[in-house]
Amino acid sequence: MEAAWGRLMRQRMNACALGFLVVLVILCCIGPLLSPYDQSQQDLELKATNPSPAHWLGTDPLGRDMLTRILHGGRVSLEVGLLATAVAVIIGVLYGMISGLAGGRTDAAMMRIVDILYAFPFVNFVILLMAIRGREFWLIFVAIGAVEWLTMARVVRGQVLALKNLEFVIAARACGAGFWHIVWRHLLPNVTGPVIIYASLTVPGVMLLEAALSFLGLGIQPPDASWGVLIQDGAHAMESYPWLLIYPGLFFSATLLALNLLGDGLRDAFDPKSMSQQ
Amino acid sequence: MIRFIVSRFVQGIIVIFAVITITFALSKMVPGGSVKNERFISKEAQKAQDEYYGRDKPWIVQLGLQFKHYATLNLPESEHYKGRGVDEIIASGFPVSATVGGAALLIALTIGVPLGAYAALRPNTLEDRASTLAAILGVCAPSMVLGPLIALLFGLKLRWFNASGWFDSWDWVLPAFTLGIIYSGYIARLTRGSLRETLAQEFIRTARAKGAGEASVVFLHALKLASLPVLNFLGPAAAGMLTGSFIVETVFQLPGLGQFFVSAAVNKDIPLAIGLSTFFAALIVSFNLVVDILQSVLNPRIRLHS
Amino acid sequence: MRWIIRVLILAACMGGIAWFHHVRTHRPTRVEVANRAGILLAGNGSEPETLDPHLASGQPEHMIFHSLFEGLIAPAPGNPDGDAPGAAASWSAENFTVWTFKLQPQGKWSDGTPITAADFLYSYQRILTAQLGADYASMLYPMLNAEDYHTGKIKDFSQVGVKALDPLTLQITLKGPAPYLPSMIKHYAWFPVPRHTIEKFGKMTDRNTRWTRPANMVCNGPFKLKSWEVNQALEVERNPHYWDAATVKLNGVIFLPISSDTTEELAFKDGQLHVTLTMPLSKIPAYRESKSPYYHTDPLLSTYMYRCNTKKKPFDNPLVRRALALAIDRESITRNILRAGQQPATGLTPPGCNPDYHVPNVMRFDPAEARRLLAEAGFPDGKGFPSFDILINTSESHRALAEAVQAMWKEHLHIPAGVLNQDWGVYLESQRRFEYQIARFGWVGDYLDPSTFLTIWQTGDGNNNTGWGSQRYDELIHQSFKEGDVAKRLQLLSEAETILLNEAPMLPIYWYTHSYLMRPEVKGLLPSLLEHRCYKAVELRP
Repeated sequence: MEAAWGRLMRQRMNACALGFLVVLVILCCIGPLLSPYDQSQQDLELKATNPSPAHWLGTDPLGRDMLTRILHGGRVSLEVGLLATAVAVIIGVLYGMISGLAGGRTDAAMMRIVDILYAFPFVNFVILLMAIRGREFWLIFVAIGAVEWLTMARVVRGQVLALKNLEFVIAARACGAGFWHIVWRHLLPNVTGPVIIYASLTVPGVMLLEAALSFLGLGIQPPDASWGVLIQDGAHAMESYPWLLIYPGLFFSATLLALNLLGDGLRDAFDPKSMSQQ
Repeated sequence: MIRFIVSRFVQGIIVIFAVITITFALSKMVPGGSVKNERFISKEAQKAQDEYYGRDKPWIVQLGLQFKHYATLNLPESEHYKGRGVDEIIASGFPVSATVGGAALLIALTIGVPLGAYAALRPNTLEDRASTLAAILGVCAPSMVLGPLIALLFGLKLRWFNASGWFDSWDWVLPAFTLGIIYSGYIARLTRGSLRETLAQEFIRTARAKGAGEASVVFLHALKLASLPVLNFLGPAAAGMLTGSFIVETVFQLPGLGQFFVSAAVNKDIPLAIGLSTFFAALIVSFNLVVDILQSVLNPRIRLHS
Repeated sequence: MRWIIRVLILAACMGGIAWFHHVRTHRPTRVEVANRAGILLAGNGSEPETLDPHLASGQPEHMIFHSLFEGLIAPAPGNPDGDAPGAAASWSAENFTVWTFKLQPQGKWSDGTPITAADFLYSYQRILTAQLGADYASMLYPMLNAEDYHTGKIKDFSQVGVKALDPLTLQITLKGPAPYLPSMIKHYAWFPVPRHTIEKFGKMTDRNTRWTRPANMVCNGPFKLKSWEVNQALEVERNPHYWDAATVKLNGVIFLPISSDTTEELAFKDGQLHVTLTMPLSKIPAYRESKSPYYHTDPLLSTYMYRCNTKKKPFDNPLVRRALALAIDRESITRNILRAGQQPATGLTPPGCNPDYHVPNVMRFDPAEARRLLAEAGFPDGKGFPSFDILINTSESHRALAEAVQAMWKEHLHIPAGVLNQDWGVYLESQRRFEYQIARFGWVGDYLDPSTFLTIWQTGDGNNNTGWGSQRYDELIHQSFKEGDVAKRLQLLSEAETILLNEAPMLPIYWYTHSYLMRPEVKGLLPSLLEHRCYKAVELRP
């Protein structure tokens, strides 16, 4: 573990990415407290204004301070993005691994369930969730969780299918190693690569999905906003008030770039094969 | 192989009927039923409509009717678009979505795979970081931002293409690029990751040591093996692209299928919603079948089992 | 050698791009082509559900119907809200109750079959037949016994107040005096439908027949259906059998179903549309400030309001409702958020219903008085006021307005309001089941008369949905149905509206405007409070 940490930090870029994320999390947590404005405080007369000394990143059409709203929204987005992705990764990896290892009928049945869920009428499902339990925040995890793990499961299953007939796995089996031992010692380390890469790609998807769900009425409720919601609103006013799109978009992309760079670094650090090459 | 395909076909039929049941149940459970007009409709009119569409029958009978429609391949009519068969709507929308989606898929692959491969061959260099940055920008750009930007630039400013609509033979270009750029980001990242992994494996290093040219090594061995995660991502993604994206179709005003996925749910058009998810399920099943076969072709260690 | 090939390839690429650029930038826009062909390109919102006037209920259909069909009375070329001869050449009324229409002697369907009074009888019978399940059947209820026929109390259609005196004379008898009938009869629920075509493709009450498909459809308007591609375009062309075909100036209209306002505006700027249906809220200020020749804004007969569930505490208390009404700064909302020339609603009925109608101006912004009323209701300084939600359907503009009202109530009354966003169907159902506290509500007038806004608030009316009812109010409305004197009738309605506004079961916020973009070569497409269009007067003069 320590060795992996050392390898991770050896790359300056990884350290930078990690530092950026830490600073961002701290900013999102304490930033709204330091701001002289409340994120929902309106100044209708002000309307949407360009960035100024009073409002560093401008204001939205209801005269609310964008910086405060972005930092406040970051909390929601990071929470949803990271937690929902974590849930999707755990379900997807376990499901894919079991399916791939089991093979035969179990594998077929499990994969057809995945097919069914792919074709799941998602909009109907969201409308139903919303109609039953209006505004409970955890529902958004149910809605996102229902769809985001599927590809992960298929990717992991594909890797496992390829790995399970490799010499070292067969050898371990022959030596009488248990199921979990094989999973833990041989398969898991070898699927981390694609899993980390795919997980870092899932985060933006999840954050944007959260915005779409919030727009439909599931998730965060006005006047709160997440990055996804701010970007969505900004996109509609893109030509008239570009800063409403640019700043939330910058925060969003920078965070995801950092996450992906860190993902690359983690992948390298945990992958013994590619290390020996350097 | 034939036994494998036949068995998957049978499984596919089960999947389709499961999807019909789920879609039906979800749509029926939403409160509000068939009400979609803000204005009050007299009880008599509401009752007549419910009778006409068979909504007064028990659920199980209604579901049975849906099954019958699909078992006899005699698809029902949409409730919202009155007098239009579900099959007619799919037949008019799918070619448009498939044209745009197919082009987008090709664009995504032509940009994504080389970008990812290039980065993987030069890990942790400036080129690698630049390619990651480009890919992430693609992944992060929501189609509702990228679409209007592309329409503004190539439609309004340069006037090369129509900013929206489906009228002349060039109208697929802008939506296909919007969709393609977004997916190319995913493909580039996945390609880079798995290629890095494969390049480190024993036999590739052996091949390199033997002095095989870099390019031929990469493209003959490594890329083939590295394609697993990309393939597994692409199967369902391709099905999604071919059936159209709601946002891209709204931004570019395309008469594709994507818009109907949302409008059927919002309009409580149950026959159309069922028809669309069934169609999508059929695509998913076939694409995942193709992926599974390709997997075993590319990597002989993976065996097909029926 | 190699570099020569490279340079050559590079040159070829550059040449190719330059050629492509030249070709593509020199093609005419769709509007230029359409101008030459005399075809109007109109943005039309979402894809029409149907072209059967008895089954339609939405705005896209409304915009198309005036090109395909014509009622007894048509929108006047100089003022679409005025009355001009349509399928009827002339008409007369007795005490606003018995109306006699003389049909056009040359009136024909688009397949050449003559239009007779029997066609109207058939049409009214069709829409009033319960089995058809027509959404707008209730539009015909002012007709004598129409409601009883629709609900099945009368089985014999000959008892309904409509008669063919001879093939070209139609007589409509109403329940009571309705001076607004000419305006009401322009609504598509009153349009004639061709019996011979409908019955060729199915039963009278079949909802799913294909008689509205391009090859099958027969209509009586200035245009007839040429083609209809789902989600792409619907094209109408000249109807040579139209009685006033000589007046029609356009060769056709293409309606484009563009559901996103952002896309529609882009398409307009790209030269694909002559006129848009709407435009993005965020673009309006820029068009207004630059005094763009394309930008138009017309008042509409439509009110945006919040209704209160008077079955739930504390909204059962009129003091609370009035306090809420007084704490909304409508002027600031229209000036700062909407910014498209909307007027703050001082009452319910929008201006323009009737020049002689006196709208009671009760609604105003008075936070001090609002606080006083709230204290009187038992919530001094908002203390103890339960938290509640403003229910809206999914839309960015409803959300922005709800957020603003939420902030105003918090600031002026110190009461906590949330915003609850629901899908359209669920939102309607919540209101019908009284599972809400405050809900957004918009009402569009069907004809030029205050009664189109006031009758819905009668006790137990299907559109009321507030649980509010007042005996006095119901009495006044009923008296107005019987009153034959125009001035007295308006007096009764005004009195009723005053009661309604003082009790405030709903809080009017603003009166809508219709903002859209139109190219200057379009002549004769005039503003209308009811969004009626007189297509035969429209002309393209580039």
